[in-house]
Amino acid sequence: MPEIRNYHEMLMKDIRFEEGLKACMNCGVCTAICPAAEFYNYDPRQVVDTVQSGDNDEIEKLLKSETIWYCGECMSCKTRCPRGNAPGLVIMALRGLSQDLGFFVESEKGRQQLAMKRIVGQWILDRGYCLYLEGVGTSMHPEQGPVWDWIQANWKDLFKRLGANYQGEGPGILRKIPEEALDEIRKIFDVTGGTARFEKIEEASREKAMEMNLTLGEGIDNEYFRHIYKTNNNSHTRQK
Amino acid sequence: MKTEGKKAIWKDYQKEIAEDKYYYVRSCVRQNFFPGSETTFLKIMRDVLKKDVFENPCHTTCTGIGYHGDIVPVETTMTVVARQFALMTESGYENLMPSCITSFGLYTEILDTWHHFPDVEEKIRKQLRKATCREFKVPKNLAHSSDVIYKFRKEISTKAKYRLINKNTGEPLKVVDHIGCHYAKMFPSKGVGGAEYPYVLAGMVEEWGGQVIDYPERRHCCGFGFRQYLIQANRGFSIACSKEKFESMKPYKPDMIITNCPGCPMFLDRWQYVINDMEGKTYGADGEGIPVFTYEEVAGLVLGFDPWDLGLQMHQTDCEPLLRKIGIEYDPEAKYVLNGVNTNINASTYLEVR
Repeated sequence: MPEIRNYHEMLMKDIRFEEGLKACMNCGVCTAICPAAEFYNYDPRQVVDTVQSGDNDEIEKLLKSETIWYCGECMSCKTRCPRGNAPGLVIMALRGLSQDLGFFVESEKGRQQLAMKRIVGQWILDRGYCLYLEGVGTSMHPEQGPVWDWIQANWKDLFKRLGANYQGEGPGILRKIPEEALDEIRKIFDVTGGTARFEKIEEASREKAMEMNLTLGEGIDNEYFRHIYKTNNNSHTRQK
Repeated sequence: MKTEGKKAIWKDYQKEIAEDKYYYVRSCVRQNFFPGSETTFLKIMRDVLKKDVFENPCHTTCTGIGYHGDIVPVETTMTVVARQFALMTESGYENLMPSCITSFGLYTEILDTWHHFPDVEEKIRKQLRKATCREFKVPKNLAHSSDVIYKFRKEISTKAKYRLINKNTGEPLKVVDHIGCHYAKMFPSKGVGGAEYPYVLAGMVEEWGGQVIDYPERRHCCGFGFRQYLIQANRGFSIACSKEKFESMKPYKPDMIITNCPGCPMFLDRWQYVINDMEGKTYGADGEGIPVFTYEEVAGLVLGFDPWDLGLQMHQTDCEPLLRKIGIEYDPEAKYVLNGVNTNINASTYLEVR
């Protein structure tokens, strides 16, 4: 017999859920102020209402939905909520649980978490920075414009000109973070569940890629990565 | 003088900002997109204001973008942040000064959580010990680097070479300030002026001669949204947010935008280029874009630093119209010169947003 999970109880274990939600009175101020609700088919009031109801089936649907991936985590909702709740924190708890249960691959927006892991996650573990943009050109970021092509073409000289310690020893901008420091970060990830989260994202994505008949190798140059990074089925936004 | 109305409200949100001896932690985004801003900030702190600012080369990202991109669990982020605190403690400092708003918001959130849930702090201490054998004290004072510039805005003003005034009309420049969501939306009391009447940048602008524009979408997010920008399929959200702000500010005819968060100036700069490319639309006067600056760049400009030492050549939306309005002396031909070589002779024509 399959294990019966109580998703509400699982969410309660996330400190952000406890901090972010005291009895919501459903006034809808969070939705009124939410930039994501203006753009996407998204209503944080309804998300909170569903979670608060404790309805296990409905929460499972939410965990597998596109809905929980629309929030931009600006936390405007926290400022305005008359009860001091933070639907943005509730969303973070839902996203965490969705990934830990492998449900995130059931939605187009959720599947993008592999790209987040392979880009930002890799930079954190390899370099000690959330971003490390030398070599990241306008093919992935055309919005960066011609100035970015110039920056990329002149990266080392430009950063030196602006006082950076690019790849250097000691302090400074884009310094080489010592290997011992990076080892400590990796150990922290091992001890605190960061590595397990990354492995879960990889494992669930591999299974999904097989199901979708798309190849998924290492890194970012493969069919599945390109698919999740670029695909938008145009069903997400509000029609004006 | 009696201070009334909205101007009085921000005074309820004053925060303590340390006087000296700062432990500086860098911003991932600022280092990549605005390296000149961090260089300028340290030059102002150390050479102009004569303050003690220390940086430990072993500090890393706080994981903020990974945390708000939801790939990094909360306990992992808390433990990485605890390691930053440990490096500060070992270095003999207690006033933490992050360069990043996401980091500042995250440190504030974590300290607040630990305050409400001491058992969580204890668990994180154990995890840090297990992973790194380090111990830490929580910061005595936490101030974003812009808070510190705000604190010393009058000292900067007394040393200023330029004012935020249109040299042709003598009128104050009209300035849009953009605070960045994670500065005060979660914890208004931790930001100068709170979330509703933010004063951290407005205080600098007014002190340095400019006039702040209060426009309807002043508090709206720039549209970063972490996963909403980083994944190509989601970038419509990002540009839509910035566009909403531009449309809202345009009737007020802003001369410039000043920003707090490291990411916001990049988005407000680049999305102007994209909107122009897609729709042929611009938001400044005479078909130009609205120049976008970091607060460090603005402080550097009023102090008379060379614009190309500040890194203004890394902006996509041309900053030179603003330099000309103020009457800043600079060499336009030196913009793309590196190691004595002009690396982009035609750049001055095609890099303008027109």
